[in-house]
Amino acid sequence: MAEMDTSSGGGHKKGPGVKKPKKLSTRIDLTPMVDLGFLLITFFVFTTTMSKPTAMNMNEPKDDPDNQLKVKNSGAMTILLGKGDQVYYYMGELLPETMSQQFKSTNFRDIRQVILDKKKGTPIGDLMYIIKSDKEATFKNAIDILDEMSINAVPPGHYAEVDMSDTEAELIRLTEQANGIK
Amino acid sequence: MGRAKIPRKSTSIDMTAMCDVAFLLLTFFILATKQKPPEAVAVIAPTSVSSKAAPEKSFLITLTKEGKCFLILGDDTKKKEILSDLNTTKGLGLSETELGKLNKLSFIGVPLGQLKGLLAIDGGVAPDKMAGIPIIDSTNNELVDWLRSISNVYAASGTIQRDLEDKIVIKGDNLAKYPAFKNVKYALKKNSIFKFKIATNSETVPPGSELYIQNQENKAK
Repeated sequence: MAEMDTSSGGGHKKGPGVKKPKKLSTRIDLTPMVDLGFLLITFFVFTTTMSKPTAMNMNEPKDDPDNQLKVKNSGAMTILLGKGDQVYYYMGELLPETMSQQFKSTNFRDIRQVILDKKKGTPIGDLMYIIKSDKEATFKNAIDILDEMSINAVPPGHYAEVDMSDTEAELIRLTEQANGIK
Repeated sequence: MGRAKIPRKSTSIDMTAMCDVAFLLLTFFILATKQKPPEAVAVIAPTSVSSKAAPEKSFLITLTKEGKCFLILGDDTKKKEILSDLNTTKGLGLSETELGKLNKLSFIGVPLGQLKGLLAIDGGVAPDKMAGIPIIDSTNNELVDWLRSISNVYAASGTIQRDLEDKIVIKGDNLAKYPAFKNVKYALKKNSIFKFKIATNSETVPPGSELYIQNQENKAK
């Protein structure tokens, strides 16, 4: 494309013995510099648009033992987060005799449909998702499930994070063993 | 027969103008973009569909994948007061020079008892060698003390709770375990901070989902 310009100056003699200093061109090839410039531009454009930090709002309920929220069994769905990105859920209250039929395991991809089905089939006033995380669950899991709530447009106040009971933790442990989740 | 000679023209173009443009654009991008906010340690935050921008000058609580907790006091105007408040309430016995040194640290990642020792080391300690702020359980949760000092200073300066809540951001690694997060939440609740933010990377709303449809409807209006 562009090369050093050597056409001007130099190359002409005026008789023998006359030595004129060679006039060197001051023009430099700027192509590499342009290349570098655009490379840096590209770098800046990419790095800045990619990392756009966002923040998610979180509302925690006040711990108030006198003012416990009553949840209707028909409208409650409990989502349990286990290890290895596994999700477990059951509807209503976990009863000892029907425990094995109630307790179901799924994953983060399929839980969306379950949440949606529950939302469609329940009057909005009764709807309540109870989220419980096992100690083996990760921070990502906890955020993902909250995100799932906003994806499914569950109104705030219709889901809450609650501590897991020992029965549930034990049930998860047994299911994990049966499913071979490490 | 004389054939018309087509003069051979040089293919070289003057690159000066293009070079000027390139560097002009480069300068623009460097100046127009914001620098990455300071980080104690690099963590990979989870993604969320939230599109709200993360607040600047926040109190950033970082959770690493090992479950260590780091705190960045991002509000430079109050940092000094927070540190001296903590010094008196917890009886750390730090001198004026030590407080000044502490003020210069970009983040805090050691138990209160080790602060004095850390300040004595010249050149500082690498973040991965630090033990993190203890958040093990409710009895040994020093984040409670840090947040109390932050609340104290904010309350003393007449800032409403809402403004403080806007500044509290938790940034956790994907692989951080849930109990660590729970303990951070415990520390916040202990100081009556019930609203806070979680730093995430943005993610597109899955097409066809309820939120997606809602957003479309809002756009149409």
